[in-house]
Amino acid sequence: MSEFFQMGGYAIYVWPAYLVTAVALVVTLVAPLRRRARIIRELSAVAAQRNNQHPK
Amino acid sequence: MSNNSDTWLTRFHRLGSPPSIYRLVGALLPYTVIICGALFAAGLYWGLVLAPADYQQGESYRIIYIHVPSAWMSMFVYSVLAGASAVSLIWRMKLAEAVARASAPVGAAYTFLALVTGSLWGKPMWGAWWVWDARLTSELILLFLYLGYMALVAAIDDRRTASRAGAVLAIVGVINLPIIHFSVEWWNTLHQGPTVTKFDQPSIALSMLIPLLLMAGAFKFHYLCVMLARVRVEILESERRTAWVNALVTQRSS
Repeated sequence: MSEFFQMGGYAIYVWPAYLVTAVALVVTLVAPLRRRARIIRELSAVAAQRNNQHPK
Repeated sequence: MSNNSDTWLTRFHRLGSPPSIYRLVGALLPYTVIICGALFAAGLYWGLVLAPADYQQGESYRIIYIHVPSAWMSMFVYSVLAGASAVSLIWRMKLAEAVARASAPVGAAYTFLALVTGSLWGKPMWGAWWVWDARLTSELILLFLYLGYMALVAAIDDRRTASRAGAVLAIVGVINLPIIHFSVEWWNTLHQGPTVTKFDQPSIALSMLIPLLLMAGAFKFHYLCVMLARVRVEILESERRTAWVNALVTQRSS
């Protein structure tokens, strides 16, 4: 197992490459998901306020 | 108009309307995420554990499984960006604008990854983090094209004007794609020539080619996931004052 993590002596090159890739791929996917949730939260707050001012 | 009198044309038209695209994208997204995760699991296990070490480069060659897919995607996404830009200029199609804007940041990320992982591979194999060689330099220019597109689109307030200005930049930048691809043949470079995308047999062992293709598929699906997620945000933002978005958010808040 430790042999696997040593990557034949190239661990300091192989693992950072995989780490930076993992971080970039996760961030690029999570960012739009969170942004959508935030927009919906904001818009529904605006809509709720409007409905309170002008109750139907 | 009653439902009975709907022609295929009006149905097709409705399919292209923002609310139905928004719904379609939301329905597809979970499946693309699952497929993407499965491909990554298979590709990583095969590439890091099952595949043998390289007879010249030892274990360091395993960077190939992220470097090559990133580099392929950096060019593929740019061609999508330019194609969607051309469609948006010619037919004024809003969806094409959304696809172009949604593609740029993730394309820039792949380009950045291709450069960084290449640097981490170049240091042990070439003895240098960076060389001003044709392949590396043209890939760096690709990163600047992406960043230039994003800066230009962000700098103009009017969404449609911004998209149109960005589209012109994206189309002009297409000239860089063949330069990147053929750079290893046109100039003497440190970077190796094509091993997979050449006309005769790929010069890579099958035990290494299969995980490479799995990882390439995983990256494709990652792009699809990001694109769908971002297109949804683009639609929400450009339609935020419409009745259907209002209905969508009040329905969720009540």
